[in-house]
Amino acid sequence: MDSLEEILGRHPFFAGFEAGHGRLVAGCARNLRFAAGQYLFREGDPADEFFLIRHGKVALELVEPGRPPVVFATLGAGEIVGASWLLPPYRWRLAARAVEPTRAIGIDAACLRGKCEADHHLGYEMMKRFLPILVERLQATRLQLLDVYGKH
Amino acid sequence: MVAPDPFLPQPYRVERRRRELVGAVTLELAPLVGARPDFAPGQFNMLYVFGVGEVAISLSGDAERGTTFVHTVRNVGAVSGALTRLEVGASVGVRGPFGRGWPLTGAEGADLLLVAGGLGLAPLRPALYAILARRERYGRVLIMVGSRSPEDILYRRELEHWRRRPDLEVLLTVDHADADWHGHVGVVPALIPHAGLDPARTLALVCGPEVMMRFAANALLAAGIGPGRIHLSMERNMKCAVGQCGHCQFGPFFVCKDGPVLGLDRIGGILAVPEI
Repeated sequence: MDSLEEILGRHPFFAGFEAGHGRLVAGCARNLRFAAGQYLFREGDPADEFFLIRHGKVALELVEPGRPPVVFATLGAGEIVGASWLLPPYRWRLAARAVEPTRAIGIDAACLRGKCEADHHLGYEMMKRFLPILVERLQATRLQLLDVYGKH
Repeated sequence: MVAPDPFLPQPYRVERRRRELVGAVTLELAPLVGARPDFAPGQFNMLYVFGVGEVAISLSGDAERGTTFVHTVRNVGAVSGALTRLEVGASVGVRGPFGRGWPLTGAEGADLLLVAGGLGLAPLRPALYAILARRERYGRVLIMVGSRSPEDILYRRELEHWRRRPDLEVLLTVDHADADWHGHVGVVPALIPHAGLDPARTLALVCGPEVMMRFAANALLAAGIGPGRIHLSMERNMKCAVGQCGHCQFGPFFVCKDGPVLGLDRIGGILAVPEI
């Protein structure tokens, strides 16, 4: 059976990661399974863990009072769920729900933040991987905001 | 036979009318005189609603079957609105087909990726019909379709039918949905990095709102696909449709004559320039 370190090493997010850093991250990681419909987290919960999807699909949702949740993005294998663990107040600002049976690696946020504070090189490597994802999602959100299909 | 004057609309009759989405219909137009001219996937016609005006609309039917022109039209203005209100039996003027279509003849042996946004699926549908008619000549074939919501997916029944084919990958995504939707949610360019494309083999055909096409083109370039293998169907204010009046000028190109399908290697430098 593969170790968490080996599984993390194969995940696209950690492509090119130094082995020593991989061991440090693996020390904060655990294997998780979510049934279809199960929530990884809900809006307002403490953002104490983020997730690397190995298999399956996760929907990101926002809730409007009195209405069904609105799904604004889905994420699949090889993608990362959650950025609110990076910044205070470390609370989720959206909900994440497994659309189908999903396997993921959960990374303990406080554990990893502590290791990043202690080793800024590790922190920089993590930021170099997170920032492009955040920029891509910001760009995608801009395109969604334009509502281009309504006019075409 | 003498080719008809390209400036003279030919009389057609609305043979069938099908409501596709809110404000969007598909019209089948039969010629009152003679046979329907041949057309290539990606070309367009100028449709003339008598007493209202004329507008360029892409051909969205099968180029190799049928005796009618098929056009899917959305109500976005006076003429397109009038077209969407035409009933079976109504008369309409048709000039065309015009323009350069999708480069399918040079695509044999390649993997094909069709990227459609909103009604941009309509001009790509004839290309897909042609590809499926000669499926063995191409490698992997994927179609990615982006829509505003599940209710706004064009040709949904046909997409579901194509989805069941083992030799065609159909990926649908919507900008937002409720929890009943089990497909992708997000913009269509976001599907590109996860498609496992072989950049050296892939030819991309893209049609949709221009902003979406720019985002898709950037995602395709980031995936390693060269600009000469990325083709976009451009939309401009076509009037004469034969490169005479200049209304559809796009940098050094007339979209009606040099396009509407243009390679990113030709237009990449001006794609993001406003008011060109």
